[in-house]
Amino acid sequence: MNHLSELENRTIYILREAYHRFKNIALLWSIGKDSTTLLWIARKAFFGRLPFPVMHIDTSYKFKEIYAFRDRYAVEWGLDLVIARNDKAIAEGMGPKKEKLECCNALKTEALKMKINELGLKALLLAIRRDEHGIRAKERYFSPRASDFTWNYRHQPAELWDLYKSRLGAEEEHFRVHPMLHWTELDIWRYIEKEKVPVVSLYFARGGKRYRSIGCETCCMPVASGANTIQKIIKELETTKVAERSGRAQDKESAYTMQKLRSLGYM
Amino acid sequence: MNITIAGHVDHGKSTLIGRILLDTRSLSKGKMEELSRVSRELGKEAELAYLADQLKEEREQERTIDTTQSFFKTRKRRYCIIDVPGHVEFLKNMITGATQADSAMLLIDAKAGIEEQTRRHAYIVGMIGIPLHIAVINKMDLVSYSEERFGELSSGLLDFTRRISAKEPLVIPISARHGDNITSRSLKMRWYKGPCLTEALDRLEVAKGSSEKPLRFAVQDSYIIDGERIIVGKVLSGKIAARQHIKLLPSSKDARVEAIKIFGGQLRQAMAGENVGLKLNDPSLAKRGEIICDSTCAAESCDGFRANIFWMSDRPLRKNDGLLLRCSTQKTECRAEIIERRINSSTFEVLEEDAQALNANEAGTVIFSTERPVIVERPDQTEELGRFVLDSGGETVGAGIIVSASRQGRGL
Repeated sequence: MNHLSELENRTIYILREAYHRFKNIALLWSIGKDSTTLLWIARKAFFGRLPFPVMHIDTSYKFKEIYAFRDRYAVEWGLDLVIARNDKAIAEGMGPKKEKLECCNALKTEALKMKINELGLKALLLAIRRDEHGIRAKERYFSPRASDFTWNYRHQPAELWDLYKSRLGAEEEHFRVHPMLHWTELDIWRYIEKEKVPVVSLYFARGGKRYRSIGCETCCMPVASGANTIQKIIKELETTKVAERSGRAQDKESAYTMQKLRSLGYM
Repeated sequence: MNITIAGHVDHGKSTLIGRILLDTRSLSKGKMEELSRVSRELGKEAELAYLADQLKEEREQERTIDTTQSFFKTRKRRYCIIDVPGHVEFLKNMITGATQADSAMLLIDAKAGIEEQTRRHAYIVGMIGIPLHIAVINKMDLVSYSEERFGELSSGLLDFTRRISAKEPLVIPISARHGDNITSRSLKMRWYKGPCLTEALDRLEVAKGSSEKPLRFAVQDSYIIDGERIIVGKVLSGKIAARQHIKLLPSSKDARVEAIKIFGGQLRQAMAGENVGLKLNDPSLAKRGEIICDSTCAAESCDGFRANIFWMSDRPLRKNDGLLLRCSTQKTECRAEIIERRINSSTFEVLEEDAQALNANEAGTVIFSTERPVIVERPDQTEELGRFVLDSGGETVGAGIIVSASRQGRGL
């Protein structure tokens, strides 16, 4: 079996484990390349029909290309699309002009919390990868979270082979399941190329710039690049020294912003 | 290829990972800048270990708490390198990391020598079946790159790897801090004639080829797709083909594969490692936990077996306590019937025969009896049916490797 098939098979196994154990789950779709790839593989795992909803956390500050892509493929793939949005905070003026950590926490983490409670979700599927951030490299595939959403990174459960933890402890409320943890950025692009997975146009260079990682328009900066095709992106990534999330504001505030955000329940 | 670095706390595992990432040019510009900034904030010179130790607590306490994975590549292939904590307190995190590895590398501080966790880690990786291919003697700079000290530690090391019946590892003298013998041969140790570390890694071969073995397919779940019941699962070993006659275990029912289904199509056959859907002639047969075999080469189910286990919980394993056993997709209640041997996992000393209990971080040879029949095999027969975890109260408290699929005979 080649490398990409191995990665895909492992992801399929995890997706089916998560669905078998929890049933009431949702796939978190940021519309970025990683979660779109996860969604693509989930469609394969469940023979084209996802037996659970796909959730988009809408901060209202996303790129317009993201909204257009979401609405197009939600229809084309017959998705049960759920939008999580903290309308109250948005109405009260929460936005990227405030403290970044506060904004991410209110418009993403809080919005997600409300939706999880509303739907009574037992597990969330997220497309985070170990290679994108040192804190994410410490994650488990099946990671329990407390009801206040905190990630107890000091006492993570043992996770041996592919025998994942599936029972919540006394103070735990839901599971974060990370089926893409073992993929790298390059793997994702090679898979997108092989499988012809559609991705948002923002990843392709226009006027000498492209986005390596996308989220809110206000907090993403493009990198200098001439890569306007998937092949050129792969070529660029094989040699680049620029970090994938170098254009993402949350990663920059201070060395431990990501650790703080994640311990509060951020993705 | 996934490599784990095992060894005692403070011997320099995380620093070595930082060094490898640096010298294989696997670091982004941002990472380099962050590294010097954080080091400055903590009032230290650039600390390579921070590349793996990302938690604030890890950097302040200067020790790894949880396992982490980093990626690098050489001209030959890509690697994932798994850092594990060296402190006894975090053994479950160490085992979590180690179970994901294809090969283990043992690291020893040239000055401090072989210590408690050096031996325990070697024991654990050996027990869970991960080959120990390479050992590195680190901090050679602190012993003036002495060939004599290297020889002394190498023979001490080979002495105890022999005792846990591991194959003789290749021993390399290095300095992670200064980059000696990492990606090129060091001029400070001309007496060493072997390969540098990345060269040695590139020479490793990991045996894969479980497609040649008898068919074992673990049933994971079943879905109704277009009005048909499709059984989904994973080919653990061998291959499965359309029209093949199969036996389901432990229910011991016979069936035939009508089609192998994937999204948007069908396959004539599926190989080890593939996750596919099966349409059987009698769709009511397969439930999660059943193991599918070829009808001519079926495994045997049992309600008792002998295993080597490692106990991770502060609450001891006592004879006849109820535990949950999970092996591939199988799950059943079980209990330790006889604890044949209780072993100190660091000194390898047999502490007791026919013991009443196993304590935290002890190993043992145990006969288990299961409430419902299970399909287990030695890991050299079917890897995934040769290993299991023991859960108590939803927590994984023990790791096990099958010695024999029956109560009879003697263990190791």
